[in-house]
Amino acid sequence: MTGHQRHATLSAGIFLAPALLLIAIFFFLPVLAALLLSFTDFDIYALGDLNRLRFIGFANYLQLLQSPLFWTALGNTLYFMLVGGPLSVAISLGAALLVNARLTRFSGFFRTAFFLPVVTTLVAVAVAWRYLYHPRYGLLNYGLSLLSIDPIDWLGDPSWAMPAIILMAVWKNFGFNMIIFIAGLQNIPPQFYEAARIDGANAWRRFRHITLPLLGPTFLFVALMTMIGYFQVFAEPYVMTEGGPANRTLSVVLLMYEEGFRWWNMGYASAAAFVLFVLILAGTVLQLQLRRWKSP
Amino acid sequence: MGALESDFKALTRAAAIVVTLSHMSPPIRLLFATLFILGLSNCGAPANQTVMVEFWAMGQEGEQVKALLPEFERRHPGLRVRVQQIPWSAAHEKLLTAYAGDAMPDLFQLGNTWIPEFVALRAVEPLDSRLQAWPADALADYFPGILATNRLNGRTYALPWYVDTRLLFYRTDLLTAAGFAELPTTWEEWVRAMTRLKAQVGSERHAILLSINEWQLPVILALQRGATLLRDQDRYGNFREPRFREAFLFYLGLFEQGLAPPVGNTQMANLYQEFANGAFAICVSGPWNIGEFGRRLPAAVQPYWNTAPLPGFDAGLGLSLAGGASLALSRTSPRREAAWRLLKFLAEPEQQARFYQLTGDLPARQSAWADPALADNRYAQAFRRQLQQVRATPAIPEWERIANKLAYHAERAIRRQVSADEALAALDQDVDRILEKRRWLLSRGLQP
Repeated sequence: MTGHQRHATLSAGIFLAPALLLIAIFFFLPVLAALLLSFTDFDIYALGDLNRLRFIGFANYLQLLQSPLFWTALGNTLYFMLVGGPLSVAISLGAALLVNARLTRFSGFFRTAFFLPVVTTLVAVAVAWRYLYHPRYGLLNYGLSLLSIDPIDWLGDPSWAMPAIILMAVWKNFGFNMIIFIAGLQNIPPQFYEAARIDGANAWRRFRHITLPLLGPTFLFVALMTMIGYFQVFAEPYVMTEGGPANRTLSVVLLMYEEGFRWWNMGYASAAAFVLFVLILAGTVLQLQLRRWKSP
Repeated sequence: MGALESDFKALTRAAAIVVTLSHMSPPIRLLFATLFILGLSNCGAPANQTVMVEFWAMGQEGEQVKALLPEFERRHPGLRVRVQQIPWSAAHEKLLTAYAGDAMPDLFQLGNTWIPEFVALRAVEPLDSRLQAWPADALADYFPGILATNRLNGRTYALPWYVDTRLLFYRTDLLTAAGFAELPTTWEEWVRAMTRLKAQVGSERHAILLSINEWQLPVILALQRGATLLRDQDRYGNFREPRFREAFLFYLGLFEQGLAPPVGNTQMANLYQEFANGAFAICVSGPWNIGEFGRRLPAAVQPYWNTAPLPGFDAGLGLSLAGGASLALSRTSPRREAAWRLLKFLAEPEQQARFYQLTGDLPARQSAWADPALADNRYAQAFRRQLQQVRATPAIPEWERIANKLAYHAERAIRRQVSADEALAALDQDVDRILEKRRWLLSRGLQP
């Protein structure tokens, strides 16, 4: 290393140090602490007096994997992600195409309107949606009654509660992905479409052979972010159903929260957090691999 | 500590002002700097003689207690109270988080079933030395079963604020029509009355409404039968033991015989309407429903309902649960003395009676029941009798989780997903796992 290089490294280090320090203190340290916590039985007793803390190795992880409640929660979370995720991506792509179409008037207005739910507080949204879902006075059941369909107890019926939560979550979140899709769409050079049109390609073929392939990276990004976000679903069931009815909307993060902050089993809750982390990591790696495999 | 805190605040304020000043033009800067220095010197003046007591109370209690405080502040000119109102649904978590974050209030309300947990945390100050200065008959004025929930290992950690227990609300007209002048006082007679009621109302209606996902009634029945719930100093679950099993089978029988419909409490939204139209004749509930029934039942039904203590296994009054909320001092608070004054004030019989008028919460002190508002309430009398016969659930921090498991397994047995014996075996297994830490602590000679 020449003197000049060393000097550059040093100044880079100095300039980066504050940011790195902050990240270390407020990000890596808590994560590390949580990892250590997951190997202990930190609970209400240990909170009162640290002498009552035990290191128990992987016992929390074993207990978690043997707990039927964890598998219920994982099943619910996968349900939410596998149904809600693709639905959310499809709707946001559709909305982006509509808003971005040359024929659409007031596209600025629609863009804002569709984005509005994203920036609205979830609790306020949940309260409004609870009215919509109300079995007797709700707008949704009123609409169904016009089609002479029997009322549905959206949030009280074990088989309808999750679809109801998914519907609300998709409505709340699709605006964010839509904006990203719009940005992706606007990056596609218009010459491609012109050339295709001259060659006689119809709208569907232009979408299939130009829009979709060129949106590839955007797609990957949106799919990853949606998966990660949906894996961590918490606020929707927490506010709407508290995990009920009969644990049918209990998600992994909600389980973690209950164990951690209701029963104060911090060790066990940390173990749940790391299991979730591993699952999300695996999902991300899988998607990246898929992408690499599709476009060699 | 208080002085340090205010110093710190002054410092941060000074820093903020210096930052602001640096953006101003010189003459204005001078003016502000002068004002600021004057302000600082003002901070040092002994104007801050009043002590602020931070008091956390839940739900409507937090709202209504404010009406009592002007009198307290009038009597104690140096004390001011800041009430922080916390919703019940978040109260437990918020108190635990406050403890972990060293941000406990000076005085706080807590459900009396939470006391063992906060004692295990060493979060509450024992009151014994302070209580010695109290008149001897003051403690005897509390309902003994309720006061017992505030005592652990011979020490008193909190004082009951208001009391709560479960008993029967029933339709007098339907019961008379079934040929019973009063609700029976033994299990056997009780079932006979309910069977008669059920035969009278037909298949669509029921004798009694119970919630299949609550733990209270099975626990009450088991305590009435003499079951201990846990064994070996609360080291293990004791749910397969014959007396618990018998009570559990009796409880399941109420559903099996069709006396109670198998519904959970989310499906009971219109309790009042259904009670009014006779969908059920009896329900198990608490004091809050005295007011609710009075307000929500139609006028035509108003003369035909009453409350009654729970029946027992054999002769005599049946036990119920010692519920309610207590007030405790935070062990780390520097203002414990001021907080204790507020606690004493809220424990006075006059304040207890006023609090009843404000909230409908039943007073913990029996002398407050002489207040005409309560003495003339015919629905409250059964509660007064029942409150003489209440028992606490096991005084261990794990109880809330155990009760949750009990409700879960009872629901599965009622829904016939498992047999009664399978449910009890699974319950014992779950409870033994929950109590593992407690066993370890006891085996090491550590105080749980």
